[in-house]
Amino acid sequence: MKTRITFTLNGAECEAWVFPYETALDVLREEFGAGEVRYGCGEGVCGTCTVQLDGEVVNGCLLLAVRLDGRDVRTVRGLRSLPSAPAGEPGSELHPLQESFLRNGAAQCGFCTPGMLLAAEELLREEPRPDRDTIRGRLAGNLCRCTGYTKILDAIEAYAGERAES
Amino acid sequence: MVMAPFDYVRADSFADAVRLLAEHGEEAKLLAGGQSLLPMLNLRLARPSVLIDISAAAAEEITLDGDRLRVPALTRHRDLAASPLVRRVCPMLSEAAGLIGNPRVRNLGTIGGSLAHADPAAELPAVMLALSAEIEATGPDGTRRIPAADFFTSYFTTVLDELEVVTAVHLPVPGARTAGTFTELTRRAGDFAVAGVAAVLTLDPDGTVGGATLALCGMAERPVRAEAAERALLGAPATPATYATAARAAVEGLDPPDDVQASGAYRVRVAEVLTRRALTTAAAQAERGAARAGNEGETR
Repeated sequence: MKTRITFTLNGAECEAWVFPYETALDVLREEFGAGEVRYGCGEGVCGTCTVQLDGEVVNGCLLLAVRLDGRDVRTVRGLRSLPSAPAGEPGSELHPLQESFLRNGAAQCGFCTPGMLLAAEELLREEPRPDRDTIRGRLAGNLCRCTGYTKILDAIEAYAGERAES
Repeated sequence: MVMAPFDYVRADSFADAVRLLAEHGEEAKLLAGGQSLLPMLNLRLARPSVLIDISAAAAEEITLDGDRLRVPALTRHRDLAASPLVRRVCPMLSEAAGLIGNPRVRNLGTIGGSLAHADPAAELPAVMLALSAEIEATGPDGTRRIPAADFFTSYFTTVLDELEVVTAVHLPVPGARTAGTFTELTRRAGDFAVAGVAAVLTLDPDGTVGGATLALCGMAERPVRAEAAERALLGAPATPATYATAARAAVEGLDPPDDVQASGAYRVRVAEVLTRRALTTAAAQAERGAARAGNEGETR
């Protein structure tokens, strides 16, 4: 039996009818075309299905879709429109953290990038100038198979630094 | 879609959850944070016919009553790790909670879920043993408290009755001369531990060990108390030699499994080293605690 749920997705009001055994990952991808939320492991260890639920990162694959009801859901597409997002570069559709990823070569194949960005954004909201070990700790559950993480850490650190100076 | 179909009901309270368990029988499964259950559903290792969602069954805070800490079952690992109260009165609990899985898991996973799931490699069950916690469970016949030492029986198995729900954890707050720590080794951050050690140590004013409780995870079919190590510590001088002897005693007779994380022999070696380190850390913290308590005593 399907259940009706309502939630906000990247600021927009949404409604869906979901089976109890569907995950948030299933529904966001299949009903809402959120291809940026990705199926990696299905066990919560890789981080490619990361979404922010009321501002906190969770595994889309380990969350039943029925539990989205009444919640605020944010994917990487909604980073730019976050109320807390800084102005960013004129004309850019990207959050400045995303710009920093581009500038620092932090995305290669890009499969892990949305999860990395969402995890980093949550961290920077809590701690504006985290040291490298703190960033490492927070991203420890987001796996990247291309970059070796160095560029990702660089990008986050660079953005935090620039933001503090401006 | 990967999961086998199931029905879903929400419990408004723990009493409601008990009623729903009775109604749906043994094919029902409780869902709290879901961070252990959902992987099992995704892999079809579990195929319940009904999920009873207890995540909104109660909204309670962690409370301190005298020297007893009560942690509600639905407390998330994130909140346990960050709680100023827990960090002050029982820091090892926060420390251990902060090591569970990854931030995404800690944002949903709960202490009650972790204990009821009873993974032998998990952090919190070992911490419960070392802290002599009691696990509060509610069933059709009311509420009871189960000592952690009796709670875990085997792989993913506890003494909980089929109709019981974990509702809270009660912990005695360690005194000033007592300190505890949790330490583990994982192959990668977020993996289940190769081995982990929860150690609680009391230092007497004469420089001897006045009390010790140790528990290991990842070493057997359930978290185990290291009683031989505790005996080796009790009354012995608080020195590195004592900790080394106790660490050897802690792993004696253990025959942990070989699995994808590590061989049994490696686990034994790691557990010994971790035990020695945990004892050293706990002793240093207990000394600082005792010094603080002493200073406060003098200024009073």
